Amino acid sequence: MYVANRASDKITQLTDNVYVCRSGSAADSQVVSDYVRYFLHQHTIQLGQPATVKVAANLVRSLSYNNKDMLQTGLIVGGWDKYEGGKIYGIPLGGTIIEQPFTIGGSGSSYLYGFFDQAWKEGMTKEEAEQLVVKAVSLAIARDGASGGVVRTVIINSEGVTRNFYPGDTLPLWHEELEPQNSLLDILNTSSPEPMNM
Amino acid sequence: MSYMDSKMSQHGLIGSESDSQRTLYPYVTGTSVVALKYKDGILMAADMGGSYGSTLRYKTVERMKPIGKHSLLGASGEISDFQEILRYLDELILYDNMWDDGNSFGPKEVHNYLTRVMYNRRNKFNPLWNSLVLGGVKNGQKYLGMVSMIGVNFEDNHVATGFGNHLARPILRDEWHENLSFEDGVKLLEKCMRVLLYRDRSAVNKLQIAKITEEGVTISPPYSLKTFWGFSAFHNPTVGAEGSW
Repeated sequence: MYVANRASDKITQLTDNVYVCRSGSAADSQVVSDYVRYFLHQHTIQLGQPATVKVAANLVRSLSYNNKDMLQTGLIVGGWDKYEGGKIYGIPLGGTIIEQPFTIGGSGSSYLYGFFDQAWKEGMTKEEAEQLVVKAVSLAIARDGASGGVVRTVIINSEGVTRNFYPGDTLPLWHEELEPQNSLLDILNTSSPEPMNM
Repeated sequence: MSYMDSKMSQHGLIGSESDSQRTLYPYVTGTSVVALKYKDGILMAADMGGSYGSTLRYKTVERMKPIGKHSLLGASGEISDFQEILRYLDELILYDNMWDDGNSFGPKEVHNYLTRVMYNRRNKFNPLWNSLVLGGVKNGQKYLGMVSMIGVNFEDNHVATGFGNHLARPILRDEWHENLSFEDGVKLLEKCMRVLLYRDRSAVNKLQIAKITEEGVTISPPYSLKTFWGFSAFHNPTVGAEGSW
């Protein structure tokens, strides 16, 4: 299967304080994001203050549910608002909405259920949480053919939004993965000048 | 166009009206709901699982919700459809309250409304993929009914959905009687839920039991049941026939 984009950005902004993680059909998730961004823009003007994460999530749910026979996209809406603080809403296929302290999605997530069951803890710091998600995505990349390339993170809190970028070659190596080299020649030149054992 | 239709069109971003709708398939599903009448009202139990095919995806899904002052709705099947039904019922109760006439919808009325909704959707080949259990007490009258996704509805002293029909109802047929105490009712439901936990692949060991009486609805906090695996026959089942299971 051809890799159309090896560095895509699947974390999309809906408002200053709310982002959505897209999975499944890229086209479907993009069009849903575009509609919700448009609705939220109007809503913010009418409301006179930033939209809440719950409102954003319910708009996504509404589109997902009412077009369930056409859409193939699982979405995660996350953000921060002054009423409820940080919140995460999972919106899988079908349009169910479920608020969770953490959530996973996409094809690579199959390999992460056990990892998160064990590794997620209540009350992690910002740094611990970021390390956890980077580790998780890198584990998914190791086993899921549909995952790869780079890891992107977005941190949203009362202070604002921070985007981070981890190129694929900076991620930890897992089982049966080898340290990348420039060339075989470098390996041969650093070992003793004896013939290779074949 | 009715108010509800226009709202639905708005977020359905309406396709051509001539599109023929067809029966869909469920994605995130809840398993059995079991309920029975007891001395003071209705007891209902459901686990908190939301399965995604064979994956036990979500383990804290509330599948029972109070409706108005007098009713309790439990659902199995597609969770997104259950969430939509709750929105319909919210609107129904709101409009009922706006009459401000001192009257309020009891379980019979809510059950009838749900039956009509489910049956009409079935007729359009676009069902809400749920089996609903509706229980309540109004003016001393206990009510316990069920509606399926094809609009079949009935009332009984004890009901169950899904696997509960096959595993729980036989237990209830044997052991249910008129005027059960709260404690006996809970123990009976827990007996049913434990069997479902052993024998239903989609069951999850985190459940809630809800009670509805004339006073109102109480839904217990989530809890887990102990299970028993200490049968001697379980220790070495293949010792007399190696290779068997």
